[in-house]
Amino acid sequence: MATSADTYVVRPAEDNWISRLFDNKAFLIFLCMLPAAGLLIVFLTYPLGLGVWLAFTDQRIGGRGEFIGLGNYYWLWGDPIFWMSVWNTVLYTVVATVGKFALGLWLALLLNHHLPFKSLLRAIILIPWIVPTVLSAIAFWWIYDPQFSIISYVLVDKLGLLDSYINFLGEPWNARFSLIFANIWRGIPFVAICLLAGLQTISPSLYEAAMLDGATAWQRFKHVTFPMLMPILAVVLTFSVIFTFTDFQLVYAITRGGPVNSTHLMATLAFQRAIPGGQLGEGAAIAVAMIPFLIAATMFSYFALARRKWQQGEGND
Amino acid sequence: MHRFNRRDTIKIGAGALAGTLLGSTALRAEIPTADVQPPDLPIEDGAQLTVLRPSKFVGPDEDIFRSNTAKFTEEMGVPVKLEFESWEDLRPKTAVAANVGSGPDIVVAWSDDPQTYVDKIVDMTDLATYLGEKYGGWWPLAERYGKDSETGNWIAMPIGASGGRVVYRKSKLEAAGHQSVPEDVDGFLKMAQDLQKAGTPMGLALGNAVGDANAWCNWVVWAFGGKMVDDEENVVINSPETIEALKYAKALSETFIPGCLSWLDSNNNKAYLADEISLTQNGISIYFAAKNSDDPAIQKIAEDTFHSRMPIGPVGMPTERALVVNSMIFKHSPYPNAAKQYLRFMMEKEQYSPWLEGCLGYWNHPLQAYDSSPVWEPEKVKPYQHVMKDSLWDGYSGKLGAASSAVLADFVMVQMVASVCAGQSTPEEAASEAERRAQRYYR
Repeated sequence: MATSADTYVVRPAEDNWISRLFDNKAFLIFLCMLPAAGLLIVFLTYPLGLGVWLAFTDQRIGGRGEFIGLGNYYWLWGDPIFWMSVWNTVLYTVVATVGKFALGLWLALLLNHHLPFKSLLRAIILIPWIVPTVLSAIAFWWIYDPQFSIISYVLVDKLGLLDSYINFLGEPWNARFSLIFANIWRGIPFVAICLLAGLQTISPSLYEAAMLDGATAWQRFKHVTFPMLMPILAVVLTFSVIFTFTDFQLVYAITRGGPVNSTHLMATLAFQRAIPGGQLGEGAAIAVAMIPFLIAATMFSYFALARRKWQQGEGND
Repeated sequence: MHRFNRRDTIKIGAGALAGTLLGSTALRAEIPTADVQPPDLPIEDGAQLTVLRPSKFVGPDEDIFRSNTAKFTEEMGVPVKLEFESWEDLRPKTAVAANVGSGPDIVVAWSDDPQTYVDKIVDMTDLATYLGEKYGGWWPLAERYGKDSETGNWIAMPIGASGGRVVYRKSKLEAAGHQSVPEDVDGFLKMAQDLQKAGTPMGLALGNAVGDANAWCNWVVWAFGGKMVDDEENVVINSPETIEALKYAKALSETFIPGCLSWLDSNNNKAYLADEISLTQNGISIYFAAKNSDDPAIQKIAEDTFHSRMPIGPVGMPTERALVVNSMIFKHSPYPNAAKQYLRFMMEKEQYSPWLEGCLGYWNHPLQAYDSSPVWEPEKVKPYQHVMKDSLWDGYSGKLGAASSAVLADFVMVQMVASVCAGQSTPEEAASEAERRAQRYYR
C-alpha cells in the first residue's frame, strides 16, 4: 500500500508574474502598509490638505471659493482679534501646562506612597478627566456665574469675606484665569496617572542606594526620580501641550470667547469665523496657523526634554 | 436663591399647551380672510417630504407643528418626515443641504438664509401672493425677509418672528419712582439710574449672546441713527450717530448689575427669575416660565411682570430687531408642489392659529389677519403683537444676505458696544474697529 508520502508530489512554484510580484519584498511591504496608509490618507492627509487649501481661498459656507493666495493670512496679520487669540492660546497653554504638571507630579508622588484605599483613591482622581468636557464646562459655567457662583456665595453670603460677588467671566484677566483653572482641574488626573505609572517603574534599589549614600528626600527626587521620569514626562508633556493648545470645549461652553474676545483661543476663533460666521477660508487659515505652534511645542518636548544623556544623569552636551 | 434656566422654560411651556388650545378654539374663526382661490399646485405622484426646522423654544411650538404635519399627511396623503435641529446647528446644516444639493425639501431656516441661497431655492411668488391676498397682506418685515433683495420676487415664506421687549417688575419700577417704562431713551436711562439707586438694577447681555446681545446692541445703535451699512451696502458704522449711541450704551451699562459682560442668552432669564434684576430685554419666555412655575415665589414674580416696547431714540421710530423663522423650498426637491402645499397648509388659519396661540406670543405672525388672534389680547402679551410690523432687519439698512448674516454671527455690533461698556475702547476706537471688521464681510 502506498503511503501518503509516496503519493505527495511537491508542485514547483509557477513562474508567473503574480507569484514573482508576491515574492518581491518591496511589493509586500507596500501591500501590507496600504491599509494603514489608506486610513491615514483618508482621515488625516485629505482633511489636513483640504484645510490648507481652503486657507488659500475665500470659500464661504454656501458659496464657491476662489484662490486668493495669502489673502486670508494678510488679513489675519492685521487683525488684533487674531493676535489676541494667539496670545491667549500661548498663555493658556503655558500656564495650564505648568499648573497641570506641578500639581499632577505632586499628586503622583503622593499616590506613589502606600496609602489606605490606594486603588480607590487612584480611581477617584481620574473622575475629572473621565467626565465629558462639556459637562464639566457647564459645571464651571455655574461656578463662575456672576449671580449664582457658589464661590461668591460662600465668600460673600456665608463667610462675609468679600463685599460683592466675584466677576469671574466679565473681566478679561479673571475670565482667562478662570478658564485656565478649569483646564488645570480637568487635566491633572491625566498627568498624575501617567507620571504615577512612570514612578512605579523606578527600581526601589536606586532609592536604597541613594539613601545609603546619605541623600536627602530632595536629592533623591532631583537625582533619581526626576531623571528617571524624564522619558515619560516628555511624552505626557507633548500630549498635554497638544490637548491644551487645541482646547475648544471649555472656552466655547463657558465664555464663547468673551468678554469682547478676550478669551478666544485660536481654535474657538477658527470655529467662530468658519461656521457661524460662514468664512470657511479664514477659519481654515486660523486653524492652519496653529500648526507651526504645535510642531514647535512637540519638537521642544522631544528634543529638549528627551535627550538621552540628561535622562541618564550625565551632563548636557 | 431660585435657579431657572432655559430647559425649565421649555418644560413649563409644554404644560401650557392644553389650556391654551382649549381656551382658543372658540375664537379661532375670528381670523378674517378674503375669498381667494389657492394656486393650482397638483401634488406629484409618490410625493414625500423632509422638513428641517429649529428645535422648540416653548414646548407647544414643536407639539402643534407635529400635529399639524400629521394632519397634512392625513388629508393630502403625503408622508412628511420632520427633523428638528438645535438652533446653533441649523445654519450649518442648511448650508450643507444647499451646497451638496440633497437633503431636506423644506428648511424652516433662520432670518436671511434664503437670501444667501437665492439660486438654490424655489420661487414662492404664487403661494405668497395667495396667502397675502387671503390674510390681509404681509407685514413689512415678512416682505423684507420673504423676497429676494435683488429682484423683489418671493423666495421664502416667513412663518414667525421673535422679538425682544422690555420685561420688567412693576413694583420695583414704582419703588424707583416710575409708573411705566419711559418711551424715550433719555427717560429710559434716568429710569435705569433710579433702579440702580434703589438697589434693584437692570441687566442686559453683553457677552456673545446670539439672541439677547444682538437684540439690544442693534437696538441702541439704530435708535441713534447708526447702522452697519447704508442702502448701497457701504459700511457706515463709523459715524457720529454710532458714537452717540455708544456713549449712551456706556452710560446705560453703568447701571447694570455686575457681570453682564459675560452674560450669554440664558443669564438674564436666570437673573430675572431669581429676583436679581428688575428689568431686562427678552422674548415673552421669561414671563411664561414664571407664570407656569410651581414655585409660589416665582409665580409672584410673574404677577409683577409687565412688558413694554423698547424706547425710541433720536431717529424717532422703533428700532427693535427680530429673529425670523423663514421657510424655503430647495430646487433639489423632486416634489416642489407638494412642498408648497405643505407650507400653504401650515399657514392656513385652521393650522396656523392653534400654533400661534400655543406658542403663547413667543412667535409673531407675518400675515396681518392674525392680528385678530386671541393670543394678543392679554395686556402682558400685547407689546409682542407687532414684531413683524415694525422691527428692523439684520444688516439694516442694507440688503439681506451672506454679509449681513456673517456680521451678525461674528458679533461685530455686539462687541463694538461691549468693548465700550467694558471700558476697553473709546467709542471712536470701537466704531473704527467695527468698520474694519464689517468691511471684510461687505468686500
